[in-house]
Amino acid sequence: MLEALGERLGAIFQRLGSRGRLTEADVNDVAREVRIALLEADVNLSVAKEFVSAVKEKAVGADVLASLTPAQSVIKIVHDELVALMGGAQARLLFSDAPPTTIMLVGLQGSGKTTHAGKLALRLKEQGRRSLLVAADVYRPAAIAQLQTLGKQIDMPVYTETSNDPVAIARNGVAEAKRLGIPTVIVDTAGRLQIDDALMLELERIKAETKPREILFVADAMTGQEATTVAKGFNDRLGITGIILTKMDGDARGGAALSIFKITGAPIKFVGVGEKLAAMEPFYPDRLASRILGMGDVLTLIEKTQSVYSMEQAQELEAKFRKNEFTLDDFLSQLRQVRKMGSMTDILKMIPGMSKALPKDFAIDDKDINRVEAIICSMTRQERYKPDILNASRRRRIALGSGTQVADVNRLVKQFEQSRQMMKQMGGGKRPRLPTIPGLRAGR
Amino acid sequence: MSWFGKLKTALGRSRESLAGVETLAQQRRPLDRDFWDELEEILIAADFGVPTADKILDGLQTVSRQEFWSRSDQAVSRFKQDVRRFLTLPNAALRLSSRPAVILVVGVNGSGKTTTVGKLGRYLSSAGKRVMFVAADTFRAAAAEQLGVWAERCGAEFVRGREGSDPSSVVYDGLAAAKARNVDVVLIDTAGRLQTKSNLMDELKKMRRIIERETGRPPDETLLVVDGTTGQNAISQAKLFNEATALTGVVVTKLDSTAKGGVLVAIVDTLVVPIKFIGLGEGIDELSPFDPATFIDALFASAA
Repeated sequence: MLEALGERLGAIFQRLGSRGRLTEADVNDVAREVRIALLEADVNLSVAKEFVSAVKEKAVGADVLASLTPAQSVIKIVHDELVALMGGAQARLLFSDAPPTTIMLVGLQGSGKTTHAGKLALRLKEQGRRSLLVAADVYRPAAIAQLQTLGKQIDMPVYTETSNDPVAIARNGVAEAKRLGIPTVIVDTAGRLQIDDALMLELERIKAETKPREILFVADAMTGQEATTVAKGFNDRLGITGIILTKMDGDARGGAALSIFKITGAPIKFVGVGEKLAAMEPFYPDRLASRILGMGDVLTLIEKTQSVYSMEQAQELEAKFRKNEFTLDDFLSQLRQVRKMGSMTDILKMIPGMSKALPKDFAIDDKDINRVEAIICSMTRQERYKPDILNASRRRRIALGSGTQVADVNRLVKQFEQSRQMMKQMGGGKRPRLPTIPGLRAGR
Repeated sequence: MSWFGKLKTALGRSRESLAGVETLAQQRRPLDRDFWDELEEILIAADFGVPTADKILDGLQTVSRQEFWSRSDQAVSRFKQDVRRFLTLPNAALRLSSRPAVILVVGVNGSGKTTTVGKLGRYLSSAGKRVMFVAADTFRAAAAEQLGVWAERCGAEFVRGREGSDPSSVVYDGLAAAKARNVDVVLIDTAGRLQTKSNLMDELKKMRRIIERETGRPPDETLLVVDGTTGQNAISQAKLFNEATALTGVVVTKLDSTAKGGVLVAIVDTLVVPIKFIGLGEGIDELSPFDPATFIDALFASAA
């Protein structure tokens, strides 16, 4: 996500941190570096300039002089300004008092409208709210079929027509939802350029006919300087009420997120973080600002952990740690739980300080986890409970069965023994810590 | 409308954002700090990116000192030549000598791969080639249907697999069918993937291996499709896709929507792989071989 920007700022602040006092020349240095960092992250030039001058003004002011260390205060100022830039508090989806609530998705081609129509419907379904998906993209080949497939996957109805009039389809879709008593209508529109007058007019007519409560602008996080122009174009014609920022699971620095709110005044409501339909999260400006500054994203990590670990599971695990009954079987199930939270690299990067401490191109290949899983699965029950019995012949068999080398098996067993040893030492009533995961090495 | 006229219209917005360069030249001002700062800002605002912009500016500054230039018009004229030189690389034409020639099309989600395959198919079939489309995007809902519509539009043969099946098996079937049906060019459409997902990049490597095994050589072309509105992430895309699949060319799509053609320069600068095609609009004919000279002429109001 935005770690690269964090690294950049981190380097500046580390330099600042070694000095006692912030001179005006320092502030200018910081200002220039922050500006370049923002530009490299695709933040719009004018937004970056404005941001930098705001930071500069505050940094030279009294706050800094009164503080303990200049670096800390600058980080705080940059952080607060970033949060302010991205829209302050988290913005929720709005619903109409008189159902159905109509949500219209608009944006450029390929930004992810159809996929996020599905994601949105799934999210609402999880909250116990049914949606009617309306296929109003009559231009892209098979766009309607795509929405139908998504609807089937999440078990939500899809409204389609053979007509090629998107305005009529949207209007009839809303009427259909009213008739069926479905509380939400999600209208998937065709991708278009903000400068395509005919197609923008079509959106204006859909808006007039369906009176949407939300018009969500779907924006690709990888967009460059153009992001603001596009967002402004859609906003000027339609008055967008919110933004969905997609493809944030890659290494896009997502500077677009910083610009779009500033230009349109519409808050970012959701962030797309993967290809699966469940991969959409609410947008938290403060968390993102923390990530930008390399302060980690502990809140997301805690939430992710809570969503995969139940309280009983945690207690059971704790008891096993204490009694030193932790087996390779437990380890395997723990590994699988961790994997549910996402890629190991992503999880590590959410830990404060980690994104700075890890080498720049650090990545744990999730294949390493698969390998560990394969090795354990190739062991007999007995072997999993008593790794001591693993002699050379058994190890050869396991390596063969899991498609790995004997050395991989050896390493896993050794590291497992070490972490068990460690837990034994930590035992005796003290709160155990999760062991390091054996068999994992930094990849790439 | 002529191709140049179309290009010029499509790049109208890029031209506007680079109009500042023309203004700098017309002002015939001294080459001072302010001038270089302004030029840098124009380039960054056009998505050249900080590294590429700095590289161009460093070169310009060196030359201007050596040549004792004193005025902005001299530097700007050289700037245009530099950009053109940056964009001019050998092997810019499609290599289609083998039979069947295999073109693997890769890229991130939503960059326009399927549409590009459709348009390339049209381009090749109107040049008299027998074309086959292979829908190796078995992940995205209805991706194969979308390609099927394009196959119908340009009379191409069409091979697809079941949704959710192994894309490499679809590639295998496609190559077998291509031999049997005696086609000239096989265009393989793959699922969109973010370049940081190592498992999905491995999937691409596997498809590549299957092609090598079945035809006895790597794909004749491996084209990366990049959305023209992409910012600096395009560089990461180019690097990581190149590591996984050894790109032979880049297709930049949706250039009509972007005011920032600068990312083309950044990609070529980082990757040293030529841009082979650019897409200028939604129409089936709106994909064209990339010609740096024409592109520069259309991009700037006055010629280099």
